[in-house]
Amino acid sequence: MTTKRRPQRSRLSRWGEFAIEMLIRACGISAVVFVFGIFFFVIREGWPFLVGDLNLGEFFGSTQWYPDSMSNKRYGALALIAGTVSVTGLAMLIAVPLGLGAAVYVSEFSHGRQKEALKVVIELLAAIPSVVWGFIGLVVLNPLIIDLFDVPVGLNVLNGALLLALMGVPIIVSIGEDALKAVPDSYREAAEAMGATRWQVTWRVLVPAARNGLLAAVLLGVGRAVGETMAVLMATGHAVNLPTSVFDSVRTMTATVAAELGEAARGSDHYCVLFVLGALLFAISFVVNLTADLAIRGVRRR
Amino acid sequence: MTEATDTKGIRTRDLCLWYTKFQALINVTATIRPGLVTGLIGPSGCGKTTLLRCFNRINERIPGVRTEGTIEILGHDIYAPGTDLIELRRGVGMVFQRPNPLPLSVAENVLFGIKVHRCERLGRQEEHDVIEKALREVSLWADLKDRLHASATSLSLEQQQKLCIARLLPLKPRLLLMDEPCSALDPAATQRIEELIRELRGTYTILIVTHNMAQARRISDECMFMLLGELVEHRRTEDLFLNPADERTARYIEGRYG
Ligand SMILES: Nc1ncnc2c1ncn2[C@@H]1O[C@H](COP(=O)(O)OP(=O)(O)O)[C@@H](O)[C@H]1O
Ligand SMILES: [Mg+2]
Repeated sequence: MTTKRRPQRSRLSRWGEFAIEMLIRACGISAVVFVFGIFFFVIREGWPFLVGDLNLGEFFGSTQWYPDSMSNKRYGALALIAGTVSVTGLAMLIAVPLGLGAAVYVSEFSHGRQKEALKVVIELLAAIPSVVWGFIGLVVLNPLIIDLFDVPVGLNVLNGALLLALMGVPIIVSIGEDALKAVPDSYREAAEAMGATRWQVTWRVLVPAARNGLLAAVLLGVGRAVGETMAVLMATGHAVNLPTSVFDSVRTMTATVAAELGEAARGSDHYCVLFVLGALLFAISFVVNLTADLAIRGVRRR
Repeated sequence: MTEATDTKGIRTRDLCLWYTKFQALINVTATIRPGLVTGLIGPSGCGKTTLLRCFNRINERIPGVRTEGTIEILGHDIYAPGTDLIELRRGVGMVFQRPNPLPLSVAENVLFGIKVHRCERLGRQEEHDVIEKALREVSLWADLKDRLHASATSLSLEQQQKLCIARLLPLKPRLLLMDEPCSALDPAATQRIEELIRELRGTYTILIVTHNMAQARRISDECMFMLLGELVEHRRTEDLFLNPADERTARYIEGRYG
């Protein structure tokens, strides 16, 4: 009886296996389809304006952003690009040393319960929704910056950058820590046996050995910061402005899209130009992520 | 037979070591004479590696390790409070079972010790001389002189292991600890490393763990036999192999334990 049932079962399980394989394949392919689909959609919505009236010189060269002026609409995105670049750049200046330092500390200098506690806290930090960070920017950082630096407004580049830094740090720490953890212990042992201190081991051996992973950590942190919307929308002051100091209010590309898309008439030039901004953002974060990915691949090849 | 008053090599007295609860070394008392090659043999798991790793205190990296007894190296009690671990490790070099060159270039591996110990700042030419001297001593210079900036991890295992010996030499250590340095190598490479050890003999005091009794006979002047964490016998190599004093040694060299 068992010999009769066996082939039947195996056919069933073969079918099951086939179905599961197909399902998994569909999931994998759909991810690719979604990415291309989104890019296609963003480009399509922006297309009429992109090939039509958009003056690329004005778009990249002018700070005149008046998409809803009655008489003279102008679409100069330079100030928005500068807003994104300044906030992201300053955020990274803060987050990279902080994040890498914390990664080194968690991976190499802390042990046991302290290490576990730190990792949990850092993961919690990563789980805070960005709108909550925006609140913190409005309610906590804004008055703090006004008091500390004696400036009229606290909603500015510095505020947004601090928030983005705090949002980027957990990513840098957790990926950076993984990269350091992946360095074989025999390297540490070899260096220590030659009389290197822990700091020397870290600086002279682990950082070069984990270089690609640490680079990937930084780039993914940048990717997060470039694409972040809600926190910077709330914390940077919403002023289209070419910043000359960290205390100037700005507006980023993401914040502009989020704020204006609702009021732009579908198919209008204004509507289209917001999608062009979106495509530009997409391209930036695609490049950043691709670089990070190649860097991680470099780690694996070693 | 051994001079009990000799303080230039290694002397241990009643050395015990625990991994948390498990006692891996039991009252090891030994004198390792300077300038000789001393072999350390015994079945797998008897504590050879553990004993070797006491001599540069690298065992302390493992949590839960506790050591009792004394170890004197070159006349200093290395477990005395206030011992400078970094100085100790400068004078006591270690070669590991699996070649573990640092993931840096060949040149940087050789210079690592000097950089770490902040010896005098070297100019380019001096650095080059240090590298050449160290690589010549391990007969790697001819092979690697055009590849000094290649990654050390791209070398063959034999070259890696030789490089691991070479990188110790610029610090002018007195003592070299080698933990089965040939176990990852093929017979031809093993033979060349053995030759190298013979050349280093006399300049350095060498303590070499080996799983291979033939190798112990070929390269060591004295031999220590360990079993289950205890030092059973320590004598001149010929004597140990030809007429062992202890019955357990006799049984081991006849091949009755693993
Ligand atoms: N990190 C460790 N933690 C716990 N026990 C260990 C550890 N390392 C070695 N031991 C134990 O100590 C004993 C001696 O090990 P080892 O010195 O490596 O032996 P050998 O080198 O002679 O093969 C073995 O029984 C081993 O299981
Ligand atoms: Mg061993």
